[in-house]
Amino acid sequence: MSPVKSPARPKKPARPVKSRNSAAGFKVVNHNVEKVDGICLATGVAQFVDDRKFPGLLFIKFLYSPHAHARITKIDTTHAEQLKGVRCILHYGNVPRVLHTTAGQGYPEPSPYDAAMFDSKVRYVGDRVAAVAAETSDIAEEACRLIKVEYDVLPAVFDPEEAIKAGAPVIHDEPDLRGAHDAKRNMAAHVGIEVGSVEKGLAKADHRFEDRYELGYAQHCPIEPHVCITYLDDRDRLVIRTSTQVPFHARRICAQVLQIPEGQIRVIKPRIGGGFGAKQEVFLEYVAGLVTLRTRRPAKIEQTRAEEFYASRTRHPHIVNMRIGVKKNGMIETLDMKALSNTGAYGTHSLTVVCNCGSKALPLYNKAKNVGFIGEAAYTNLPVGGAYRGYGGTQGFYALESMMDDIAEKLGMDPLALRRKNHIRLGESSPVFAALGEGKEGYDQAMASCKLSECIDIGEKEINWAVERKNHGRGPVKTGVGCAILMQGSGIPGIDMGGATVKLNEDGSFNLLVGATDLGTGSDTVLAQIAAEALAVPVGKILIYSSDTDFTPFDVGAYASSTTYISGGAVKKAAENVRRQILSVAAEILSEKADNLACSDGHVVSKKTKKKISYRNISLRSLYSRNQFQIEATESHVSYVSPPPFAAHFAKVAVDTETGLVKLLKYVMTVDCGVAIHPKLAEGQAEGAAMNGISYALTEEFIFNARGAMVNASFLDYKLFSTRDLPEMKTILVPSYEPNGPFGAKSIAEININGPAPAIGNAIKNACGVRLRSIPYTPEKVLKAIRRQSAPAAA
Amino acid sequence: MKLNVAINGEAKEFDIHPKDMLLDVLRDDGYTGVKRGCSTGDCGACAIILDGKAVNSCILFAAQAEGGKITTVEGIGNPKVPSPVQREMTDAGGIQCGFCVPGIVVSATALIDENPEPTEDEIREALDGNLCRCTGYVKQIEAITLAVKETRKTRGARLGVA
Repeated sequence: MSPVKSPARPKKPARPVKSRNSAAGFKVVNHNVEKVDGICLATGVAQFVDDRKFPGLLFIKFLYSPHAHARITKIDTTHAEQLKGVRCILHYGNVPRVLHTTAGQGYPEPSPYDAAMFDSKVRYVGDRVAAVAAETSDIAEEACRLIKVEYDVLPAVFDPEEAIKAGAPVIHDEPDLRGAHDAKRNMAAHVGIEVGSVEKGLAKADHRFEDRYELGYAQHCPIEPHVCITYLDDRDRLVIRTSTQVPFHARRICAQVLQIPEGQIRVIKPRIGGGFGAKQEVFLEYVAGLVTLRTRRPAKIEQTRAEEFYASRTRHPHIVNMRIGVKKNGMIETLDMKALSNTGAYGTHSLTVVCNCGSKALPLYNKAKNVGFIGEAAYTNLPVGGAYRGYGGTQGFYALESMMDDIAEKLGMDPLALRRKNHIRLGESSPVFAALGEGKEGYDQAMASCKLSECIDIGEKEINWAVERKNHGRGPVKTGVGCAILMQGSGIPGIDMGGATVKLNEDGSFNLLVGATDLGTGSDTVLAQIAAEALAVPVGKILIYSSDTDFTPFDVGAYASSTTYISGGAVKKAAENVRRQILSVAAEILSEKADNLACSDGHVVSKKTKKKISYRNISLRSLYSRNQFQIEATESHVSYVSPPPFAAHFAKVAVDTETGLVKLLKYVMTVDCGVAIHPKLAEGQAEGAAMNGISYALTEEFIFNARGAMVNASFLDYKLFSTRDLPEMKTILVPSYEPNGPFGAKSIAEININGPAPAIGNAIKNACGVRLRSIPYTPEKVLKAIRRQSAPAAA
Repeated sequence: MKLNVAINGEAKEFDIHPKDMLLDVLRDDGYTGVKRGCSTGDCGACAIILDGKAVNSCILFAAQAEGGKITTVEGIGNPKVPSPVQREMTDAGGIQCGFCVPGIVVSATALIDENPEPTEDEIREALDGNLCRCTGYVKQIEAITLAVKETRKTRGARLGVA
């Protein structure tokens, strides 16, 4: 499939010339104001989904498939129904069959419609067979055990390379499947681009490099598992209170699956305990919704931690084959990436994640004249992939940035010098931007802000590069340093839209209503800061309410590093609109032209007479006395560029060559996210993302048994890094000013999860000379590689 | 069976089933600051202070708390009067989604109560059982280090030593 053409960019009026090019002079933005929800969270007052009581609540539990691939030939719920306290049982025989995707993406979703609420075929160990709603969760669990299911077990396939070969078991053979690339070959998605000629470029290159990199399954592990509660309101509409990153997509997908209009559903997102992409999936809400519609009772689904691992969503494992052609002088002329994603049993986000493997990583070295990318996503009988912070970028940068160090070594160059020679710079573009977007063609863009060179310079000093590269210590424990450089994007250009409403109250405070979803990112604070800056008030005057489909304007939701940039753009526009309305009322009161007035600290001030009038008085007049109207505005924002943040990551490791244990000693991140609206929250985004990436690089993995069942579905057996494992970590924000972003901002949420795997891998190589091309870098793997290297056969 | 405990200084009596977990009893009674993250005692979101020690309430039978003194996050401070740990967690950037935070506040408070001058290493040790997927822990450790200083000051003031 060649990429679908993106809609033409609408002609827009030329942007007004910006005089500002730094954060200097901001009163609220770029300051560490108090996080608007901080104290409520610290004191346990903040209300998460499950922190409210619902009288008559039913508890829902699932019966999962014990087989990786099977047809259900018979399902008998007689005994389960007879159990006291069971109120509703759902399975494929009694729910409408509406094929859909659980990917919470814009409409039409670029993911195949290959999932039903319940199907007569199960496709992995953990696929849903039935749901039971009962008076207690114990009864629901017991009833699940009483359901008798007969299966016709089918051959299963777990290896994505085997899955796409002729003769492999076909996982999706349903006739009503839509949108998969080639289901007969288990190919959920396929994309390919070529700029110039890869083969000619490689043939002409002075040096050619080719290698294969592998990244496995991982789970997001938000500390709050997926949870949703549904109920009918007093007008008999379905209310869905859910831990989601995508309230508006959740409403649309639930409407689709439940076959009721969107207007009959209200989605409320209270506080959310993290998501990282896992909650960009809509797969529980409609099950609870159907229970509520059938029983007229409130119903809850709360996943256990084990279910989070084996029955929710994961990072798409990837096999990335990378080829690079280089001139003797280190100029990269040809980049070619072939990525095979394992999307598991369903194709949620399959096309877009694999697209981003190329589209995020390949523009980094934009001097290459020949660029090729083929992305394929294979169905297998394993857990389901989904959105996960980094979203393909993690996979792409792992291959690219690992290979860069091998190139540097071969050419006898310093790895930083090689990167400096080739990386994208201010004002430059890459042909990849236009050729490859998310699931279709992208949009061309030139870098309007880029401090990547500075990031490298600063990080080089901070890690003491020149000394540490050569200093490996004596004895069996060897130290070394490595780096990786990165870019990401800010929202999906031409697709992501955020809306915001601002309205003025009597006391000079403002309600800010946004569809944007704070799942812990701090976006409620960041968006309030943007409004406060534009309205010239302290942040305490902004009352933000987010993500309630009945009350807030639309927003695509919290994903693709879009909220600060896209939703923030909408907030800025709405606040500026309200500011103009305030000035115009003030102009009437003061009998002056609005042009002669300015907003300052909650007042309008005449530049000439210095007369002041408070927002309170302006509001009272506009609401109650003359030419009454509500001062308010709703604005939307879409962007046709996706300004990349940039980062350089540096890792210092100690490798015990006798045990293979890798200890991360120091981690340095230098990050250009434009103007950081809230520097401390921005640093926190970087640190959290890096720690997740570090844990993925060193310990996190899914272990499957021969039947395809995950056997380490607990925090005891799936190791997340904790305080004990934290290295010395240094985050340095390198400010730039992004003219397309609100007050100069661009994104920071995802980029920093992509650095640890290559930076630590490169540091291991520097420390002890072994190159690992798959994560996690477990002691077993490292020790094997060391032994292989020192074995006489290798000489 | 009956359970008698003191929660945040208030004497309470519950009718419980022998297999009820303490976490469920607490949440059901409105102490929803105590969170459920894993139900296996691995993440620390459900931490409470029971008779001076930070414990995971998700793997403790309610009956095991009989006669005990329980402090939940709600008993440590409130939005009007937050404790130094709660204040510094907010100010130092130790909170993102905040779901793990009640447990961290509890662990840190129990630590400072027992050891008013913990080293960074002791802070890391005390928080090792509290998983946070958002922050990378950097700012949480900073926050608790600051809270230790703040607690020292207020304690000093209380004793008139300032």
